[in-house]
Amino acid sequence: MSMQLQNLPFDSEDIAKFSRDRNEPNWFSELRMKGLNLAEELPLPKPEKTRIADWNFTDFNYDTSSAAVNNLSDLPEDIRRLMNNGDGAGNVLVHVNSSAVYHHLSQELIDQGVIYTDLATALRDHSDLFAKYYFKTTSIKKHRLTALNAALANGGSFLYIPRNVVISEPVQAVYYQNAPSAGLVAHTVVVAEQSSAVTFVESYLSDPIVGKGVANIVSEVVVGENAQVKYGAVDEFSDQMITYVNRQAEVARDGSIQWALGQMNDGNTLSENATNLQGDGAAADIKAVSIGSGSQKQNFDNYVRHVGKATKSQLLVRAAQKDASNSIFNARTKIEHGASGADGEQTQRVLMLSDQARGDANPILLIDEYDVIAGHAASVGRVDPDQLYYLMSRGIKQETAEKLIVEGFLAPIVDLLPIEGVRKQLATLIERKVG
Amino acid sequence: MTVPELKINDLHVSVEGKSIVKGFDLNMKGGEIHALMGPNGTGKSTVASALMGHPKYSVTSGQALLDGENLLDMSVDERARAGMFLAMQYPSEVSGVTNADFLRTAINGRRGEGNEIPLMKFIKTLDKKMQMLEMDQAFAERYVNEGFSGGEKKRNEILQLMMLEPKFAILDEIDSGLDIDALKWVAKGVNSMRSENFGCLIITHYQRLLNYIKPDKVHIMMQGRIVKTGGPELALQLEKEGYDGMKAELGITDDETVEA
Repeated sequence: MSMQLQNLPFDSEDIAKFSRDRNEPNWFSELRMKGLNLAEELPLPKPEKTRIADWNFTDFNYDTSSAAVNNLSDLPEDIRRLMNNGDGAGNVLVHVNSSAVYHHLSQELIDQGVIYTDLATALRDHSDLFAKYYFKTTSIKKHRLTALNAALANGGSFLYIPRNVVISEPVQAVYYQNAPSAGLVAHTVVVAEQSSAVTFVESYLSDPIVGKGVANIVSEVVVGENAQVKYGAVDEFSDQMITYVNRQAEVARDGSIQWALGQMNDGNTLSENATNLQGDGAAADIKAVSIGSGSQKQNFDNYVRHVGKATKSQLLVRAAQKDASNSIFNARTKIEHGASGADGEQTQRVLMLSDQARGDANPILLIDEYDVIAGHAASVGRVDPDQLYYLMSRGIKQETAEKLIVEGFLAPIVDLLPIEGVRKQLATLIERKVG
Repeated sequence: MTVPELKINDLHVSVEGKSIVKGFDLNMKGGEIHALMGPNGTGKSTVASALMGHPKYSVTSGQALLDGENLLDMSVDERARAGMFLAMQYPSEVSGVTNADFLRTAINGRRGEGNEIPLMKFIKTLDKKMQMLEMDQAFAERYVNEGFSGGEKKRNEILQLMMLEPKFAILDEIDSGLDIDALKWVAKGVNSMRSENFGCLIITHYQRLLNYIKPDKVHIMMQGRIVKTGGPELALQLEKEGYDGMKAELGITDDETVEA
């Protein structure tokens, strides 16, 4: 352990100063210190079949501020294309490196009590409320990477929807990195109070100029009783960036969450997605797509835990593996004792596009209750030769036919994303990565 | 334009090492409609798949020339671009790809880069052909064959045929399992294609479809080759006497059926 302690390229003084400069409340500074101590003590996570010991999670520049902009037109094109029409009317928060540079929330939503702001502002203006939810659905002590997230958080969003408020327009967050060796340590908290509804979409991207950067992302979603949250995400970090992303939700009685995750990083990625169906009648729909390319290594763990009675979950993972990429997909459905009437279904399909690529789909059902329905399906295979023959028999070249099939295979998630710009982002990414 | 010509000489095809087609000859020209009939398992569909280039079917000897070009040397997509079309008995479903995208990609594949069909023209043509087949407009945006009924799949095959305008089409048991309405749409589609630039080989087990699409020639296939050729009256005779009667007439006794 002491050896790894030396590996951390920052110490308590650095972190105290970083926190002081940002005028953070005491409770948060203290959590940073706790995080630092834990990061020194705790081991890295141990993802099944993926060796991450030599991945750089710690050496990066976490203080890369960028100037705020008043107009969307001042933002880089990579960001603007993600937004609807670029008219600035959407509810959007834009982060460049470790600064929030643009923010807009409609007056109507402000009047209804909706809070949507970046991490720094949340700590300044809504400290008590934010503290209630910070690191509550996932533990700071989970492993070294969650502890690091607490120690070095330099970005993130806080979205709070009061009781009975239904937001019809999607709420959007964009994170863009373009500083050399930049590290994004983002912590997002979404809280949907009783009978509220919201659609939240986040996009993460980086310019290749970042080089060996790091992303450490924790997103927590608290779905209140009878509330509905749709959570979409597109990850698009460049090939030398190492990513740890942890998206967690806790769902109360009759609440529901829908995840639509486009996991399109070009670099090594460790992803944990977990949904805790705590209340009776809570429901989760999880859909995730990814494409492995180059020599990247990825590990995706999707976990659903049924605690409440008559809870329902559906998990669909689809992935394509190219080149010499290596991805492991774990789908874990756990039905706890007492969760009678629970229904958990999972499907994972991996399409292999190269002989050098590797993809493992591991379905895991853990059931501790009799009166339940649970099912799983997992397959790893090649492009269906009959489909290929069919398309080619219409005069479509093999390459194009394969592309069509793979893009079609991954389409179900694209169709779920509610913002045109983000949908295009994912569609374009799929095209590029498959191409 | 010269009238297209398809010449098949002494074709032998095997599937997984088993010889199924044994000396199949056929000459067709644009403007002609031929029917290929015969009992199940005589190799009719095998001829169709082999001509289109299905990887499971290997041509062990013989020749297939389209306008003098050797079809058998071409890949599946090259055969299609050369002008061949096969309406399949069991078309694949392709999830996530809309019919419209699929068709446009196919049409542009034939037209080549730089000569793509203008979008508006494509939409207009598609609308027109779908109307003719009484297909709901929603079909254009549905995923290829996914969740289609048997009849819808067959109509979708005919829609593709009409959009792609090949030189030669083979309809592989397009009528199997179709109700009379669907049968009429299929016939309407094929009849609308009739011209001297288009030839069609209808593979069928039943005479019924031929009431709606009048063939110029009818071929009876048994044991891997054509055993008798005639005009439309041959189909009627077959309808009356059945394949057993035909066998008796031709003195075919040793009916070793093979898997299709």
